[in-house]
Amino acid sequence: MKPPPFTYHDPRSLADALRLAGTLENAKLLAGGQSLAPMLNFRYVLPDHLIDLNRIDELSGIRIEGRRITAGAMTRQRALEKHEALAALCPIVREALAEVGHFQTRNRGTLGGSLAHLDPAAELPGVMALYDAHVEVRNSSKTRYIHIGEWSRGYMTPNLEPDEIVTSVAWDAWEGSHGHAFVELARRRGDFAIVGVGALLSLDERKLIRKAAVALVGVAYGPVRLRAAEQALVGKPLDDKALDIAAAEARKIEAKSDLYASGDYRRRVAGVLVSRALKTAHGRARG
Amino acid sequence: MGARVDKRSIALTVNGQRVSREVETRLHLADFLRRELRLTGTHLGCEHGVCGACTVLVDGEAVRSCLMLAVQADGREVVTTEGLAAPDGSLSTLQQAFWEKHGLQCGFCTPGMLTTLTAFLREHPDPTEAQVRDAISGNLCRCTGYANIVAAALDAAKRLREKR
Repeated sequence: MKPPPFTYHDPRSLADALRLAGTLENAKLLAGGQSLAPMLNFRYVLPDHLIDLNRIDELSGIRIEGRRITAGAMTRQRALEKHEALAALCPIVREALAEVGHFQTRNRGTLGGSLAHLDPAAELPGVMALYDAHVEVRNSSKTRYIHIGEWSRGYMTPNLEPDEIVTSVAWDAWEGSHGHAFVELARRRGDFAIVGVGALLSLDERKLIRKAAVALVGVAYGPVRLRAAEQALVGKPLDDKALDIAAAEARKIEAKSDLYASGDYRRRVAGVLVSRALKTAHGRARG
Repeated sequence: MGARVDKRSIALTVNGQRVSREVETRLHLADFLRRELRLTGTHLGCEHGVCGACTVLVDGEAVRSCLMLAVQADGREVVTTEGLAAPDGSLSTLQQAFWEKHGLQCGFCTPGMLTTLTAFLREHPDPTEAQVRDAISGNLCRCTGYANIVAAALDAAKRLREKR
């Protein structure tokens, strides 16, 4: 038996799950299990209670009202990937998901699980950062809506209390036609990103940049928006000068060093990938 | 310490057979299949979701059985590599293609390759080589026999298309 002993709970409603999360000591929430299950198998985590969210139907599903997208926390990554209406509004979601593990892990892995686990290299928090998404979290008495920029509180530490559950994520698709790109460097296909970059770009009638969003994953503990570069691009054509400015901003990030890459290397790669992502997004924006 | 052992009764379908057992809730699905049901075709390589050897089909979807608890399979339909051939033992089209194209060497990764590709070919009846390689990117073959595995998958796809 690999996982440590725990008491298993599989509530059928969010209310029951919140009650358990609010009363049990040393409990872990189990979403898709693609990160927590390995940690259990290796006994990196030793919870007294495991609260399995997989039988709570109300936590999954994708709702689209106009440009507003609300996805339940237990929505499988594969469901997000396959959703045609979502792909039409936010094609970058599908492109980024192709980099998330493998289709076998995406069959189980969830949006909320990815946000709550908050691996620095996780792609979905980066995509949510591009859209200024809000994470809805609840405990048994109140609901909080947390802007994605306030979500990371340190290494693999989301803005989430022990009695809280991530319930959904909401964001607005961009208006009108725009370009997108998600690119990353990893050692192997489906492996953790050393650096990943998402970009959204819309152009005005003169083909100058109207609006830009650039987010990086893998460089810092949480996703990083490149606000200075985004503002510098507005009103300009995407020429070599503009790309250099954006790449230079990416190289300023205080990048982490780990077993796989130094901070210096990550900064260099970040510059290259930001440039590539913007070029691809720009090409798609021009149609 | 000396906490009570947390157990549950579960009932599921495995390779078309109804099975029910009382299991410890911390038992993962792969160990349940291997130890309780003696279906040792499902292999355990890494037990953290990287190697793909333990891939099985749950309600038709390819998943890592080392990353699911047996209790989570309660009420579900599981197919392991033992369930891919017909009841009379005749190989599935994919298995036949693996045989003929030498799509296996030591055989350790084979169960995961077969379950993964079975699910993949249902969704992608006419895949490109690149798509096949992407589909098995989460299945490690340390004999590095990928060339023949990819050839077998493409051959199986072709034969399955011809059958329809």
